[in-house]
Amino acid sequence: MRTLDELKSIKDKNEKEMALRSETGRPAITVHMGTCGIANGAREVLNTVLAELKERNVTDVHVTQTGCPGLCHKEPLITITEKGKNPYLYGMVTPENVKRIVLEHVINGHPIKEWLVNLEK
Amino acid sequence: MEFFRSHVLICTGTGCTSSGSRLVISGLRKELEERNLEKEIRVVETGCFGFCNLGPIMVVYPEGVFYCQVKLEDIKEIVEEHFVKGRPVKRLLYSDPNTEVKTQEFENIEFFKHQKRIALSNCGSINPEKIEEYIAKDGYFALGKVLNEMTPLDVIEEIKKSGLRGRGGGGFPTGVKWGFAYKAKADQKYIVCNADEGDPGAFMDRSVLEGDPHSVLEAMAIAGYAIGASQGYVYVRAEYPIAVERLTLAIKQARNLGLLGKNIFGKGFDFEIDIRLGAGAFVCGEETALLTSIEGKRGEPRPRPPFPANSGLWGKPTIINNVETLANVARIIRNGWEWFASMGTEKSKGTKVFALAGKINNTGLIEVPMGTTLRTIIYDIGGGIPNGKKFKAAQTGGPSGGCITAELMDTPIDYDNLIAIGSMMGSGGLIVMDEDTCMVDIARFFLEFTQEESCGKCPPCRIGTKRMLEILTRICEGKGVPEDLETLETLAKTIKSTALCGLGQTSPNPVLSTLRYFRHEYEAHIYNKKCPAGVCKALLSYEIDPEKCRGCGLCARNCPVDAISGKIKEPFVIDNDKCIKCGTCMEKCKFGAISRK
Repeated sequence: MRTLDELKSIKDKNEKEMALRSETGRPAITVHMGTCGIANGAREVLNTVLAELKERNVTDVHVTQTGCPGLCHKEPLITITEKGKNPYLYGMVTPENVKRIVLEHVINGHPIKEWLVNLEK
Repeated sequence: MEFFRSHVLICTGTGCTSSGSRLVISGLRKELEERNLEKEIRVVETGCFGFCNLGPIMVVYPEGVFYCQVKLEDIKEIVEEHFVKGRPVKRLLYSDPNTEVKTQEFENIEFFKHQKRIALSNCGSINPEKIEEYIAKDGYFALGKVLNEMTPLDVIEEIKKSGLRGRGGGGFPTGVKWGFAYKAKADQKYIVCNADEGDPGAFMDRSVLEGDPHSVLEAMAIAGYAIGASQGYVYVRAEYPIAVERLTLAIKQARNLGLLGKNIFGKGFDFEIDIRLGAGAFVCGEETALLTSIEGKRGEPRPRPPFPANSGLWGKPTIINNVETLANVARIIRNGWEWFASMGTEKSKGTKVFALAGKINNTGLIEVPMGTTLRTIIYDIGGGIPNGKKFKAAQTGGPSGGCITAELMDTPIDYDNLIAIGSMMGSGGLIVMDEDTCMVDIARFFLEFTQEESCGKCPPCRIGTKRMLEILTRICEGKGVPEDLETLETLAKTIKSTALCGLGQTSPNPVLSTLRYFRHEYEAHIYNKKCPAGVCKALLSYEIDPEKCRGCGLCARNCPVDAISGKIKEPFVIDNDKCIKCGTCMEKCKFGAISRK
């Protein structure tokens, strides 16, 4: 070890990997994985979300799963939660359009209004 | 880099390892592989969360779900329900012993809510076997800061101003000690980490070494820079195999990254650390005995002065700091002395780690700000006394300390307050006693320990503790005489003022302290030949009430020494000469006919 910068680069790399263990302040993605969700392809959606985040090297977005929220006809569903805001619920999510949700909403911060199912809130 | 959506942290400290966390980890790895989840969910082995009686502990991130007492058989359900479907397994969540309310996230559990973890901040949150995880938590930045921006005197001044005092028990200001060694002129100086934790029931230092070994190494290097030492030793007991293993690995990793060794950070500072194993003698936790042991001689203390800061290891200036003291150092350098000094009481700054043991619901490891009351520790964090029993006293400072009684429960705990009430901080063992504990018996227990651990070098300790133990044993056996109390006090005071080292000088403390607060129990043993708590067997007798006895013979069949006789359907009788007072008959009797007197 010769410089503090060298130490800093080790820190940055590993801090990213460990971001999942603490509150990051970034939006969190919840994929609804009830029987109805899984039957409609929630697993593929989840896989795509993970692959997309990996590809874009985003490590501070938490991805979790939960059960059925009751809107079975709109499955697969995902919820994006941001601190201090109402959750955004997206319905009929596919592996294709979830890539856009990740990029536009989660990374760039612009919810895609036409795909939301809980706009009335 | 793999993208993991979840980190599963499992404790591999000594506590959870002994309750089977290794099996859980291998079972989990296998199950994840079978379901192709091993690239989504990462298993991380960590140090102690402190909640040792509920181990093995598992925490699942990002949700922060806290599972207790996870068994190998639970793995399938956790993976299926939680990792695949996102439904936490409710039955494994923490359930409050008093309200039975289940809590999911661990920061909301009462046990953790009232704590402030500084020395333990990384324990349970990083993998102690990966230096990178320590660095991610700002590890080794304090060493970098010290070498790049501070002079040795700056470092010493910073530690002095923080108010950090030795956590091994004495409470000597750490910065002042470093200042002495800085001023001492010598061609070679040493830093020694005292990890010879010997108090019965105490495991603060073990948990820090197991959960965050690098924090100790970094602090030793900082101390080395401050006083001008290039060699450090960690003196750790061989009974701590996991701690030794992780320390060894940590030293190797730090060397590989050049954070130990020659010319650290290119600033011309060299520092090496080696491990010395102790064989488990209690006296070797005493600093001069510890140094003698490192030198390869029999671990016996020597008179002070000269203090080790001037003449220590091989006659060279040596700083000896306890593990927990060192665990605070890098954090003080990083966050500044003001941050540290803002916590605690006027003369005791920062936090203290305690090992909770004895008659308490949540046994384990806790860290609280100095000045926290015993009431908060026992009732809010510790979850109270099991089986609705009444609190009687708590022993701090182990065999060198004294007890805190129920009346003193609201005293803010710090170095000076504990001394004032006749106890001491000690290294942090806190043994809780309930109404069923006999204080004479407790004093005898601790004295038996110190008497056995006395190294025998000085007569006050070697002979004095032996005589005191004989008197205490006699009192417990119902053979005490009225003069005994006075003799005990005289002996205690003499040993305190004439013994060579800390072990001897503090060994009478449990007796003096119990005599001060529980003299009536001693008197009951001596004058009435009764043990009020019903512990001292020689002073008990069991009797069968002939009115209540139905003559079923169950007691006689269960008596291990055939001390009970009688005819079926007629009252039975206990022969008190044969009876060994085991209490089995009383437990077995269905009619409540047997009583203890």
